[in-house]
Amino acid sequence: MAGADWTDERPMSPHIQVWKWHATMAASIFHRVTGAALYFGSFLIALWIVALGARPAGGGEAPALYSTIEAILASIPGQVILVLWAAAVLFHWANGIRYLVWSGPRVGFDPKTASGVSVFNFVFAILGALAIWAAATFI
Amino acid sequence: MVQLTLPRNSKIGKGKEWPKPDGAKKLKKCRIYRYSPEEEGNPRWDTYWVDLERCGPMVLDVLFYIKNTIDPTLAFRRSCREGVCGSCSMNIAGRNTIACTQGWDEIAGSTITIAPLPHLPVVKDLIGDLTNFYAQHAYVQPYLKTDTPEPEKEWKQSEEDREQLNGLYECILCACCSTSCPSYWWNGDKFLGPAALLQAYRWLIDSRDEATGERLDDLEDPFKLYRCHTIMNCAQTCPKGLNPSKAIAEIKHMLVERVT
Repeated sequence: MAGADWTDERPMSPHIQVWKWHATMAASIFHRVTGAALYFGSFLIALWIVALGARPAGGGEAPALYSTIEAILASIPGQVILVLWAAAVLFHWANGIRYLVWSGPRVGFDPKTASGVSVFNFVFAILGALAIWAAATFI
Repeated sequence: MVQLTLPRNSKIGKGKEWPKPDGAKKLKKCRIYRYSPEEEGNPRWDTYWVDLERCGPMVLDVLFYIKNTIDPTLAFRRSCREGVCGSCSMNIAGRNTIACTQGWDEIAGSTITIAPLPHLPVVKDLIGDLTNFYAQHAYVQPYLKTDTPEPEKEWKQSEEDREQLNGLYECILCACCSTSCPSYWWNGDKFLGPAALLQAYRWLIDSRDEATGERLDDLEDPFKLYRCHTIMNCAQTCPKGLNPSKAIAEIKHMLVERVT
């Protein structure tokens, strides 16, 4: 029944075009989106750690690679990426706990509770990322 | 397969705006999905104006008002008009529900948009083809299966065991849940969908049923059960307040438990 190979002469009724989103639906798709973002973000962090470790033998000045990556991360686009990445980490983590609670003790399935938890996860991720950014910048 | 856009033959065009009824003081605008296999061309959104003072309280009454006074060609399913038969399920204001228990005064905004249940082949107007949905229901064998000889009078069940079926047996097979599920939209040919899985659990948990093992075997597959990612649209949209996502979680748990 995939739209890509729809061979039916009859039309397919509208789905995502008409659907009014739920918080739980948004949380589900964002779990996937943030999961993918974490995949790419981890490369960035790995690169930073490699650069940090790449000092010449016997100490001395940090190499050019490190200063370059530091400069990229300190730039405005770099900062935006770091804040979004932090938000993705926090969201994926909080939402992962939600899945754990669903699968383990199997509680929190009531639609009102599930929607509330979803909204909380979004707020937690955004405020948490901003707090981390503020702490890293001002402290 | 995820396909966010509609196929070429399913894109919805701008339709006809039907005249406002004469002498009406309280009008409501309704945008309704129209398609007829007897006419050329793609589906369209038609606009109707409903005189609320001459219309009953439910969205089903709105549809009857339109069919009886404005446009007799509008096609929709309905039967009991009191939320037991599950015939008049459709997408109303972006959510699946049954038109007979959805009051038009509960819908926010100036326009009521009514479409068929999502991601189905459209037979006509608000009628979707549910052949696949019924086949999936049949697949879970929604009836008592036993090996022991039939008792003379009846299969007995304690009150506690009977209570396990509450929240499961009330399903009216309206298909609101299955057609609300993005996983079912993308993989409806392989994923059984929330309605069939709720029924599967209803028989798995029935103390009288003796085919639990076979039933679980029939569900253990990467698609049939495990395409549920707990998106929760099913529980959000069920007009009877049932919770298929919880039932599915219980089935997953049963599958884990029988291994460990």
